[in-house]
Amino acid sequence: MATLELSRIHKTFGGTPVLHGVDLDISEGEMVVIVGASGCGKSTLLRITAGLESPTSGIVRIGGRDVTALEPADRDIALVFQNYALYPHMTAFENMAYGLKIRGVPRAEIRRRVEEAARLLDIDALLARRPRQLSGGQRQRVAMGRAIVREPKLFLFDEPLSNLDAKLRVQMRAEIRRLQRRLGVTSLFVTHDQVEAMTLGDRLVVMNQGRAAQIATPMEIFTTPADTYVASFIGSPTMNLLRATLEDGGAGATLAAGGSIRFAQPVPGPAGRPVIIGIRPEHVTPEGDLPVAIELVEPLGSETVMHGTLPGGEAMTVRVQGTAPVTSGIMPVSLKQHLHVFDAETNLRLHGLASA
Amino acid sequence: MAGALVKERGAAADPALRASRARQRRDRWMTHGILLLGVIIFALPIWITLVGSTHDVNTIGRGEVPLWFGGHAVENYVAAWSRGGEAVRNTRAVPAGIMLWNSLVMATLIATGKIIISLLSAYAVVFFSFPGRMAFFWMIFITLMLPVEVRIIPTFQVMVDLHLTDTMAGLVIPVVASATATLLFRQFFLTIPDEYAEAAKIDGAGPLRFFWDVVLPLSRTNIAALFVILFIYGWNQYLWPLLIITDTGLETIVVGLSKMIGRGDAQNEWNAIMATAILALLPPVAVVVLMQRWFVKGLTETEK
Repeated sequence: MATLELSRIHKTFGGTPVLHGVDLDISEGEMVVIVGASGCGKSTLLRITAGLESPTSGIVRIGGRDVTALEPADRDIALVFQNYALYPHMTAFENMAYGLKIRGVPRAEIRRRVEEAARLLDIDALLARRPRQLSGGQRQRVAMGRAIVREPKLFLFDEPLSNLDAKLRVQMRAEIRRLQRRLGVTSLFVTHDQVEAMTLGDRLVVMNQGRAAQIATPMEIFTTPADTYVASFIGSPTMNLLRATLEDGGAGATLAAGGSIRFAQPVPGPAGRPVIIGIRPEHVTPEGDLPVAIELVEPLGSETVMHGTLPGGEAMTVRVQGTAPVTSGIMPVSLKQHLHVFDAETNLRLHGLASA
Repeated sequence: MAGALVKERGAAADPALRASRARQRRDRWMTHGILLLGVIIFALPIWITLVGSTHDVNTIGRGEVPLWFGGHAVENYVAAWSRGGEAVRNTRAVPAGIMLWNSLVMATLIATGKIIISLLSAYAVVFFSFPGRMAFFWMIFITLMLPVEVRIIPTFQVMVDLHLTDTMAGLVIPVVASATATLLFRQFFLTIPDEYAEAAKIDGAGPLRFFWDVVLPLSRTNIAALFVILFIYGWNQYLWPLLIITDTGLETIVVGLSKMIGRGDAQNEWNAIMATAILALLPPVAVVVLMQRWFVKGLTETEK
């Protein structure tokens, strides 16, 4: 167990910058999830932490010790790979024991640790099998076991669930979380799946183009996204983002689509300042004077998601409880609550929630 | 039951069914006919050799080509094994036993050496990045295109300067590096996922440990397949042993066999020659048969 500190991590691959100075502090026993679209640099950040890549500049500290120049084996970490990377010619037992064997751990101690981890993961009956004879979920467990027996300071997960089918993924997700809590090992988990991120992490790092766009708890990220990227990345269906200009005094804004909205607290800035209004589909009030031309209705049972366009062509998604009030044509809506205001140029959030 | 039912219904004179049955039968005969022809073409010379090795020297000397065994098998093989074809040999006689032993040692050393060197150089080229990595690979690769005969004179000179003529080392060393095997191992290593190397790094395995514990076991079937091919390559070496060896105690069977056939007027001991040829066939056949399972696996299967 240890803390992890990444400071000013830069990485350039052959002249192409991939990471532009990422800072991250993880406290003891915390599970932090790095989430982002593919190519945002999240895996690179993980590999730098593991020591499989070296940063162009910046410092990695594990438990307060600078490990930037150390080999992976000397960092006291364990990494669970996306494709598990189990050695195909070794049994599950040998796979889990290999790292300990190299470190010269006594045979009896290896056996004890592997069997303990196997019991914990419910794979004690499979220890004599080769990876080929295991299902995806079982391989996943063996890969986890290999990480656990090392008793490392830090667990690293590189999208370990993305090769599993949907049902197994949900199950393993819960199991990883339970295990991590129980063992209390500081963990860094990389994924592109926002549901995985929201459910697993004590805190999330939302990465966008080599930068950490926001580092906060899942709920903070959901309720007060730092910019329009985070706002649209987290939450499903995605948040509606509408162009607008600020009204005099910042108490409201005029939508590009027509009509005006009021904020509970005024937004700073001169009249006419271009802004982006964000509102989640479930926060749109399905009555009012803003006409949405409905194009597609998705009934999901307990709720209905309606996709349409505003006058002016901007897309608008509305989520209502129960069945759809209309199935086609025009549905009038209004935007009253849970408004997010972003600067139209920098895409950054202008203040806390703009209405109660 | 069900089969009988189908048969009955087929017999109920469906002309299309009968036609297709006939065609299938014809196809089967055709296939077997062609295969049989192939077998005859490949096997007949060996058969003639085998049969010829059981007759006395005069039968073949008269120009007969017997197609069935004669009664002199034992004496012919004993003579070939212990004395060699001494009657007409243009040099001194060498017993087949010694020549077989020389060939066996040479072929084994060549195959083993080629595999070890190729494994290590392919490992270096694939798993490490160092300056000039691709240049080295291409230098190895390009030698593939040069036939051995092209460099045989300079190689001979080098061996003479090193005083390695008439030694086993001189026989083996010049052919012990293999561009083909290096290329094959490289292609195989490229299919090993990077994650294995990374997992090994995190497990704390150094490069040699990773090679020994992971790469080598994964290459087992490829090594076996290559061993078969390279052993036969080594066994069939002719030109180089002919040049480098003048000491008959180191003569290999393939060279010795050709020397047994006299060019003068003297009668060749065909019975002994054919017995020696059959003996020369046995070790490569044994290697193929013993390693067949691995061999086929290595060419078709990957354990990933």
